[in-house]
Amino acid sequence: MVAAAISLRPLESAVWAALQDVHDPEIPTISVVDLGVVRTVETGEGSIRVELLPTFVGCPAIEVMRSSIEQRLAEFADDVRVEISFAEPWTSERITQRGREALRSAGFAPPAVRSRDLVVLPIAECPFCGSRNTTLENAFGPTLCRAIHHCADCRQPFEQFKDV
Amino acid sequence: MTAEARLPTRQLIQPDLPAFDASALDAELRAAIADLLLTMADDEFVIGFRDSEWTGVAPMLEEDVAFSSIAQDEIGHARLLYEMRAALTGEEADRLAFHRQPAEYKHARLLDQPRQGWAFTIARRWLYDTADSVRLAALAHSSFAPLAEVVAKIRREERYHLMHLDAWLERLSSHSGMPRDETAKALEGLEQVALSVFAPLPGEDMLVAAGVLSAPMIELAGRWKSEANARLGALELPTVTGTEPRTDGRDHQEPDESFIWLWNEFTSVARLEEGAAW
Repeated sequence: MVAAAISLRPLESAVWAALQDVHDPEIPTISVVDLGVVRTVETGEGSIRVELLPTFVGCPAIEVMRSSIEQRLAEFADDVRVEISFAEPWTSERITQRGREALRSAGFAPPAVRSRDLVVLPIAECPFCGSRNTTLENAFGPTLCRAIHHCADCRQPFEQFKDV
Repeated sequence: MTAEARLPTRQLIQPDLPAFDASALDAELRAAIADLLLTMADDEFVIGFRDSEWTGVAPMLEEDVAFSSIAQDEIGHARLLYEMRAALTGEEADRLAFHRQPAEYKHARLLDQPRQGWAFTIARRWLYDTADSVRLAALAHSSFAPLAEVVAKIRREERYHLMHLDAWLERLSSHSGMPRDETAKALEGLEQVALSVFAPLPGEDMLVAAGVLSAPMIELAGRWKSEANARLGALELPTVTGTEPRTDGRDHQEPDESFIWLWNEFTSVARLEEGAAW
């Protein structure tokens, strides 16, 4: 049994690597891992359990992510369970450095890095010119997780992944 | 095939709620928690549908987007809360949302009236959001862990609604003439029902004793009133003068005409085809 437990480790790493192929359907440049929605991966004999933290409670993309993950992991185990969890709130700090870069390269400002208090600071760095001379135009954008800003330097409107 | 056999079984989100054994809860406490969840879910559901009425017709494009987004948040919260109740009672979330009679809903009477003009919408929503935020704060450390967990998440979203509504309230109050007058008139008209969010719940004593809710509704009402009035006073808007929430603040035995209209709207698809999934 001990030997079996040890041999599961490579499977767990393989699952995490495979999850890099599954993207947020609303922002396809970022993977579910880099977005920080994957909380845990547990592997057993012939089974995988993945726990997801929704970015927003009403996020319609979470169900798409769930089925994409199930499909992607089907080759690793017969029993793949993807569960939605609120055990801890998803926060924008869960986005990895690679995820922040992926957002920026797709024209989205990553969420501001800030303290953990609940104050909303409309700070966003323009993903096009890097200026911080920007204003929040609308805290509500095309999806629940996006806000709309405007850059006073390059005069571009842009979206920011919301600070939650 | 009976109607029961054709109930919708697919939910858009089936939160795999934190492991807890509902049967281990005392039956009375379980019922009290289920009642609390239903009032919260119905509030979010009804206001979410009211918000969605602005999609396409808000005073400006940004508000179309904002209110649609807020509506989506609220319906999402409602769905999760219905699911949580269903996990306690063995009901189905979809049936709770779409298959009750108007008299069976438990939303606060504050949410009964139609959306009316923009100033009314902002005034009512500001009252509801600030009240909801006091209620959520009272659940943040709930001994019922699944609720404390989802409340932590919901609060992070609600602060955007609060920020948005407060900015609008300030904007309307600072423009003399129609914007200010209409806002003041709406607040005055809602004064009697504003406290309905804190209508006492059956089993409330038990919830407080068990640490599910941090304080009785009447205490939360007082807390909200002093916070809300401080802000309304600073904006020189009419304050809330009601002293305590009426016990029938969530009673719809004789449903309001406007709620019946809304109910007809939001149940139309479900009534059109039993078992429809969307």
